[in-house]
Amino acid sequence: MQTSTEVGYNSKIEGEVIVTRVDAALNWARKNSIWPMPMGLACCAIELMAAGASRFDISRFGSEVMRFSPRQSDVMIVAGTVTYKMALAVRRIYDQMPEPKWVIAMGACASTGGMYRSYAVLQGVDNIIPVDVYVAGCPPRPEALLDALIKLQNKIAKEPVLNVPQQAA
Amino acid sequence: MTALELAQKLQAQFGELVSAPKEFRGEISVQISDAEKITAVCAFAKKELGFDYLVDVSSVDNYGDDPRWTLVYELYGMAHRCHLRLKTDVSEEKSELPTISQVWRTADWHEREIYDMMGIRFRGHPDLRRILMWEGYPYFPLRKDFPLAGKPSEMPDVAFSKPAPLEGGPFVTVAGGKDSMAREPRVQNPES
Repeated sequence: MQTSTEVGYNSKIEGEVIVTRVDAALNWARKNSIWPMPMGLACCAIELMAAGASRFDISRFGSEVMRFSPRQSDVMIVAGTVTYKMALAVRRIYDQMPEPKWVIAMGACASTGGMYRSYAVLQGVDNIIPVDVYVAGCPPRPEALLDALIKLQNKIAKEPVLNVPQQAA
Repeated sequence: MTALELAQKLQAQFGELVSAPKEFRGEISVQISDAEKITAVCAFAKKELGFDYLVDVSSVDNYGDDPRWTLVYELYGMAHRCHLRLKTDVSEEKSELPTISQVWRTADWHEREIYDMMGIRFRGHPDLRRILMWEGYPYFPLRKDFPLAGKPSEMPDVAFSKPAPLEGGPFVTVAGGKDSMAREPRVQNPES
């Protein structure tokens, strides 16, 4: 009669099993498929398009699926000058995106208002929506946007998925 | 047919209303003394003088002077290839003149822009709404007494605005203040 339990390394089982945490597994899935909501408002959108095209190829990082519906997107890339007239539309589209959601402020204008110290321009999109990554540049190179995307992926990898502290309503 | 001859024809037709053509660097301008007659002058310029293209309508704020507003109409004829500039003054109390959008349809949006930025109204305009700022914005931002930084405004669910932080930057313009050469230290010659 066999009574002893098998202890130790079992290559038959462990060769096909990865041990991890649920958080890490979910974050791994999330961070490698961040679908962008392209909020192209000015010349930064041209660089955003370049980042999506063949030379810079944002699909190497799993973000090639530009969704023009906020309900299918994960990250809003605010690329360009946010005027006050556009600000509430940006806010509304952000509100329509399902959780979890992130925001990249691409370029000087989206980050701070840039050179437009003017009556018509919102002085940084962080006045209306929370920004995860700011990209410097006027406009930033596509590499800078890809760097921001990698930084965002690293941030997502560290976020708690379970036991998220409840936000005050 | 030159622009000068066309301007003289315009003057011959309207007499006292149209000033003698003034030439500056090859460009011809005439002053229309009564802004209320601008539609008739423009209609004649288009139908009889062949100015079939309205290049631009713009407005000038002569802040501190009376009359405060100057309207500038840039005319061009595709056939004779001559430019003509019409100018007319409007007082601040009135801030209104007839539309010319029945003469050139393109004047529709030009006049909306002037209304939006300067607050000059065009009587008879088919759709005089703001074109750049949002409907309900309380100011006219291209006026000289409007600060570049802007003023706070609030329209719930439409738009809000806050003054931009300028911090004495080089783009600050104050009516009657120093010009940009004096304000901007980087453009000044270090020897002077």
